[in-house]
Amino acid sequence: MSKGNTGVVDYKAGNLKSVETALCHLDASFYISGDPDKILKADRLIIPGVGEARAAMENLKEAGLDSAIIDFYNTGKPVLGICIGIQLLFESSTESNTRCLGLLKGTVVRFPETIGLKVPHMGWNQVVPVKKSFVFSGIPRGSSFYFVHSYYPEPAVSGYILAETEYGIKFASAVGYNNITAVQFHPEKSGEAGLKLISNFLKF
Amino acid sequence: MLEKRIIVCLDVKDGRTTKGIKFKENKDVGDPVKMAETYYKEGVDELVFYDITASAEKRKIMIDVVRRVAERIFIPFSVGGGIADTDDMRRVLLAGAEKVSVNSQAVKNPSVIEKGASLFGRQCIVLGLDAARDPEMKNGYRVYINGGRTRTDLDALEWAERAEMLGAGEIVVNSMDADGTQDGYENNLTQLISTNVGIPVVASGGAGRPEHLYDVFTRGRADAALIASMVHFNRYRISEIKKYLKDRGVCVRIVS
Repeated sequence: MSKGNTGVVDYKAGNLKSVETALCHLDASFYISGDPDKILKADRLIIPGVGEARAAMENLKEAGLDSAIIDFYNTGKPVLGICIGIQLLFESSTESNTRCLGLLKGTVVRFPETIGLKVPHMGWNQVVPVKKSFVFSGIPRGSSFYFVHSYYPEPAVSGYILAETEYGIKFASAVGYNNITAVQFHPEKSGEAGLKLISNFLKF
Repeated sequence: MLEKRIIVCLDVKDGRTTKGIKFKENKDVGDPVKMAETYYKEGVDELVFYDITASAEKRKIMIDVVRRVAERIFIPFSVGGGIADTDDMRRVLLAGAEKVSVNSQAVKNPSVIEKGASLFGRQCIVLGLDAARDPEMKNGYRVYINGGRTRTDLDALEWAERAEMLGAGEIVVNSMDADGTQDGYENNLTQLISTNVGIPVVASGGAGRPEHLYDVFTRGRADAALIASMVHFNRYRISEIKKYLKDRGVCVRIVS
């Protein structure tokens, strides 16, 4: 049950199948496209993806999707970034020293070895909301979500942080700013809590 | 804090779930898609499907199972059995699996790990490692392939370390000594591998009671534990196992 048409950005960074099946399951009206013109026509946008920051940015640029995402953001329509999708929204990533889209102030950094834990951070971990947000509405507090990542966002503006997760250190696992919501975990692979988060976004 | 994962393993033959004992004698236990859905609802963290048919013409049945599972469950799952090259990997991933597992083929041709990791990302590539105790080996365990039928010259720890270097993102360590016994995991083997690699280790083989999971998460230092018979024959529910672990201070995901 969603309003309007959701565009999913296809920039050849990993498998979009799981996002696709989750949207089908939620009866969403959506399309997947790597064409900047089509992306701009969506009512809301999902930037999914797994992979490496530099390769992801290069793929976006090559298809002209970097400026399409910035233009889309400027229309004020809702944007949801997932996993590498949250990372690309920040100014830069220390992964291959990549300059990213810069819609959010801050950088993306690797989990330090000093935490003494295995990297990537892979598996289920609690996402604790620190601020009220529509995306967590109806999700029991402290629900776990599925993560797979070695880098995490360090927002320059603490007001962005919607939720935090602990893995040796506390990091921002969900952020929000204007019409952007972005999560480091994979809601499409996080069971019923994840589906609820996506359906909240679809109603926005 | 990262939670310890409970993974249910389904061996699939000709589109049906079976359960073998010590790699032999298979029993039919049901429809893998329906079983996957039930475990998903009960709060399992992940699923693994092993295609034990592994004959080319029946591979299509497995792809169909993978596709139907992906449409119904929204947690990660991996697929193994008969994955020989990156084309096999691509088919399984495009059908909706999160990860692929390589075992015998990776021993025969280690570059499949490297190629898979560079094409699909390390997080997708799982090494399945079957090992048995062997005092002749440097670290005490020998690697077997072909479903435990063929012995190799590889030391289990050395092979795990090499696979990590090649790009494996996770290792499922299956103890052939413990497999099917339901007497508990091989905690020594699990701990040996888990404390020497920097990637997650999934313990496999031997689970019979919830305390076995407790042992392998604490003494065995496993990041995740594979179970099959414990739940396939309705002896335990996932929620019951998780409650047992949580009450003893193990961090697990509780689904309300």
